[in-house]
Amino acid sequence: MTLTGHAKWLLRGAVALALAFIYVPLLIVVINSFNADTTFAWPPDHVTLHWWSAALDNQGARSAVLTSVKVGLAATGVALVLGTLSAFALQRYRFFGRDAVSLLVILPIALPGIVTGIALNNAFLTVLGIELGYVTVVIAHATFCIVVVFNNVLARLRRLGESSEEASMDLGATRWTTFRLITFPSLGSALFAGALLAFALSFDEIIVTTFTAGASLQTLPIWIFSNLFRPNNAPVVNVVGAVLIALSVIPIYLSQKLSGETAGGRL
Amino acid sequence: MTTSMPAFGTGPPQPTRLRALSAFMHRNVWLRLLGLLAAPMFWLGVAYLGSLAALFVTAFWSTDSFTGDVVRSWTLDNYRQLVETDVYRRIVFRTIGVAVAVTVIDAIIAFPVAFYMAKLASPRVQKLLVVAVLMPLWASYLVKGYAWRVLLSEHGLIDSTFGGTPGFGLVAVIITLSYLWLPYMILPVFAGLLRLPDSVLEASGDLGARPGRTLRSVVIPMVFPAIVAGSIFTFSLSLGDYISVKIVGGTTQLLGNVVYDNIGAASNLPFAAAMATVSAVVMLIYLGAVRRTGALDNL
Repeated sequence: MTLTGHAKWLLRGAVALALAFIYVPLLIVVINSFNADTTFAWPPDHVTLHWWSAALDNQGARSAVLTSVKVGLAATGVALVLGTLSAFALQRYRFFGRDAVSLLVILPIALPGIVTGIALNNAFLTVLGIELGYVTVVIAHATFCIVVVFNNVLARLRRLGESSEEASMDLGATRWTTFRLITFPSLGSALFAGALLAFALSFDEIIVTTFTAGASLQTLPIWIFSNLFRPNNAPVVNVVGAVLIALSVIPIYLSQKLSGETAGGRL
Repeated sequence: MTTSMPAFGTGPPQPTRLRALSAFMHRNVWLRLLGLLAAPMFWLGVAYLGSLAALFVTAFWSTDSFTGDVVRSWTLDNYRQLVETDVYRRIVFRTIGVAVAVTVIDAIIAFPVAFYMAKLASPRVQKLLVVAVLMPLWASYLVKGYAWRVLLSEHGLIDSTFGGTPGFGLVAVIITLSYLWLPYMILPVFAGLLRLPDSVLEASGDLGARPGRTLRSVVIPMVFPAIVAGSIFTFSLSLGDYISVKIVGGTTQLLGNVVYDNIGAASNLPFAAAMATVSAVVMLIYLGAVRRTGALDNL
């Protein structure tokens, strides 16, 4: 298919429009973090750094970031183990119920967040009688993070094949040694891409979190949501947003560098 | 390996307990599989599926209207109320409508972008565009939702640029959700288009098809599973969302809000469970319907 010059320009126009659609709101967040007027009417009249210093002094925001990082790291850790195990099982073995298992891994992200949220809430409170808190959030987050690790590892295993592992075992290495010296190192960047996505999913999640965190635990999204409608704190939310947008360069850079061929990892 | 070997160098590995275990595992395929699957299956198959099952059961219970406690006797009242009450019925259909609209809008925006990225852009531009599309995924969901609240507000950017704004309501919810889930559609479609060999497009052109015909008869059918894969995200994420509605929806009610309100303020867990079950069933029907397209392998 050869596109005419006309069609190419149309496509370029569509891409430009889509990029504008994607980036104008993000730009607005950054601009408003300097906006002195709390109604955020457009265009802004006065510029201020007040919100930035207010955000830096905000104890609630700081401890919420810390909580989110802790939850994200723990959930990612669990997801790495469970996602890798299930990817190996599904890629290397053919067994009855294999399709069901692969559907089960996808299910927590394919079902609406509210279903997972209320189901776990009900299980923790009514069935098990556990108090909501750090552990329950980590369990909930890990559940829907498994799939991103699983997808990345599965794709890598499919590409790797088994010949170098077989060679290793033919040369007398045990399964464990083979895993340690051959399989694991070649999974490295896939694990990293999966971990990065899992952490991002957890860090940004609010729907499942509201149902599983209880009143005592405040992750960053929950802190943002509770401050969104307070006129005095809403501008601080813009600052937090601007910081998050700026920080997002780091994981994207890392994922591009480490897994160039998978274009930043699979979802 | 069992006969003794000359003992110079490191020699062959000595039969240790670890090695015996390794050999034992090597012979037992089922044991190996069990070792791999035990933990994930406990987590997902027992704990997660168990929770879902408990939720579905709870939907058949009721609450004591006086004490507000859950009464564990079987009843279809929650579902009856859901089907017979006009408001709830409308909320269910409105929510499905929003999810469909968001999915269609995202597919329409995503396809040209993904096509340009996969087939026309130079490797350098392609890389930049992938980053450009990925980046908003890392910016906070809430902050982006809030950005739309500011954009759509009276005297906001849209109002002052176009001289009017849809305001807060159903339209705002659809716009915001389409915005939030757009990368989830672009990325699978882009990956699908990357897998589509250029030679197929050339062949179609050589056989006399114009670009429009190639698009309709070759490109779209071949990347359809990828589009469906993206739609699973956009559809499911929209079905379960109640936060965006609170930020830009004004008084609009979606399924998620009913669930949330019945857990919190109204404290009617069984009815919330019934409502959540409806969205789970809608999603499962959708998953079942698209399974044959091979979309699940494109996730």
